[in-house]
Amino acid sequence: MKIAVAIKQVPLRDSPLHINAAGTWIDEDLLSFEINEPDAYALEEALQLREKHDGEVIVISAGPARVSQTIREALAKGADRGIHIEVATDAGAFDTLQIANLLAAALKTEAPDLILTGLQSDDLGYGQTGVILAELLGLPSSTIIMQVEVQAGKVRVKRELEDGWFQHIEMPLPAVLTIQSGLNKLRYATLMGIKKAKAKEVKVITPDAAHASSAASAVIEKLYAPEKNKQGQIFDGDPKAAAAKLVEKLRFEARVL
Amino acid sequence: MSVLAIVEQRMAGEVLAAAQQFGSPVVAYSIGVPYSADAYAAAVEELIHKVNPTLVVFGHTYQTRDYAPKLAARFGHVLVSDVIAGKPPVFVRQLFQGKFNADVRLVGDGPHFVSIQAGAWRAEGSPEVETFSPSSVTSRQVPEPPFREAARAVDLTAADIIVSVGRGIKEKENISIVETLAQALGAELAASRPICDAGWLPMDRQVGSSGQTVSPKVYIAVGISGAIQHLVGMKGAKTVVAINKDPDAPIFEVAHYGIVGDLFEVVPALVDEIKKAK
Repeated sequence: MKIAVAIKQVPLRDSPLHINAAGTWIDEDLLSFEINEPDAYALEEALQLREKHDGEVIVISAGPARVSQTIREALAKGADRGIHIEVATDAGAFDTLQIANLLAAALKTEAPDLILTGLQSDDLGYGQTGVILAELLGLPSSTIIMQVEVQAGKVRVKRELEDGWFQHIEMPLPAVLTIQSGLNKLRYATLMGIKKAKAKEVKVITPDAAHASSAASAVIEKLYAPEKNKQGQIFDGDPKAAAAKLVEKLRFEARVL
Repeated sequence: MSVLAIVEQRMAGEVLAAAQQFGSPVVAYSIGVPYSADAYAAAVEELIHKVNPTLVVFGHTYQTRDYAPKLAARFGHVLVSDVIAGKPPVFVRQLFQGKFNADVRLVGDGPHFVSIQAGAWRAEGSPEVETFSPSSVTSRQVPEPPFREAARAVDLTAADIIVSVGRGIKEKENISIVETLAQALGAELAASRPICDAGWLPMDRQVGSSGQTVSPKVYIAVGISGAIQHLVGMKGAKTVVAINKDPDAPIFEVAHYGIVGDLFEVVPALVDEIKKAK
């Protein structure tokens, strides 16, 4: 079966982030980037499905030139080939519908049996690229998936609900699923994998004017640090002194000691 | 600006309250068919054509996430999801997992689509909610009844004190450091999702939207940055204590007391001080 995995590149977890001069996005100049964590789980699930059912895993990502690094890393983990939709600007300049439009246009010709992506991104956090992609391609979708079982012509998934509830859902293939973090253990790229990745195909697509200029429906006007909670008391400095102050509060204010 | 509120059991009062603030007139509907993504997308699409709202408001539930983006795309829009404040045409969303807020402006003609974060609006009053029955129901998704995994062995909701651990703990072997703190306080040990996903603590110790919702007297978050999925599970605690090396971590927004520092130094010092105090 042919599986496409839509991945996004986001700033390295725990990077110090600063707002850019225009106040509309982060300053990306000195940042390092990595695969969005839920997308890493989507990739892992795709690789495991290929091990069971044979076929091909294609990774696809829309973003600036730096994204090619993350695509190579996915190839090193075992994906067969990559598609890079190269757009000039940062992720903040597009809304999810515009990005999904670019992905859909590229995936239409590929016609995969299954499309996987993470349930949300660690930067914008809209949590809807996969669902919109399904709509644009006319495919059924299901979200926050913990388990994928491919059967003849259909897929049975375990979907997470709130408060520890789950639900099984069946739908015909092709379909789009958004994958929850933590459903598998992530593999590392092997040396052999890294070597092989260099020879794998990455198709670079420059979106045509029609797609690039489709208007945004939601625009980030301003990015800013949230207002600090004035009520909280912060103890910093020497750990021992801070701990002593906290214990005093636990004892005399919260009264649990 | 006319507003259509889509109401499910979860967050019903909050969605109605937000809808009243966003505009008028407000009409509120629940959907009178069993849930599936296809069925709800089609039903609400039909409902929108019937009532012609400028804005459609949802609670940001797992169910909304499953179908509302699809629906919004049919009208050429994104779902401006998980908003914490604002009103049309500018809403506030959290970006970078709560590190920054963003003012997001709706562009173009309605209907626009917005989902509100749990806990961001206070439920008020109970305007009338009608039930909408779509003219036909078809769905490619065939859902089975919801189920829970094996009964929970740990009931965190009964604990007076909870010590909870997050990614900052770095390795499984380090869990014992917070375990010692929990013992010193007579507290239950809990965790954020990544810790349970990694198998470092069992799933039934997870606090957050997909785990347990707790409101102890004291909740001590150790090495937890405070993603919204975690905060919804613990912000009802009477006293929240945060220990984190990142002074900008969102957990400090809900903390009554915080220590900015290296948990590997702070937690042992805290254990010493607790022992002294007892």
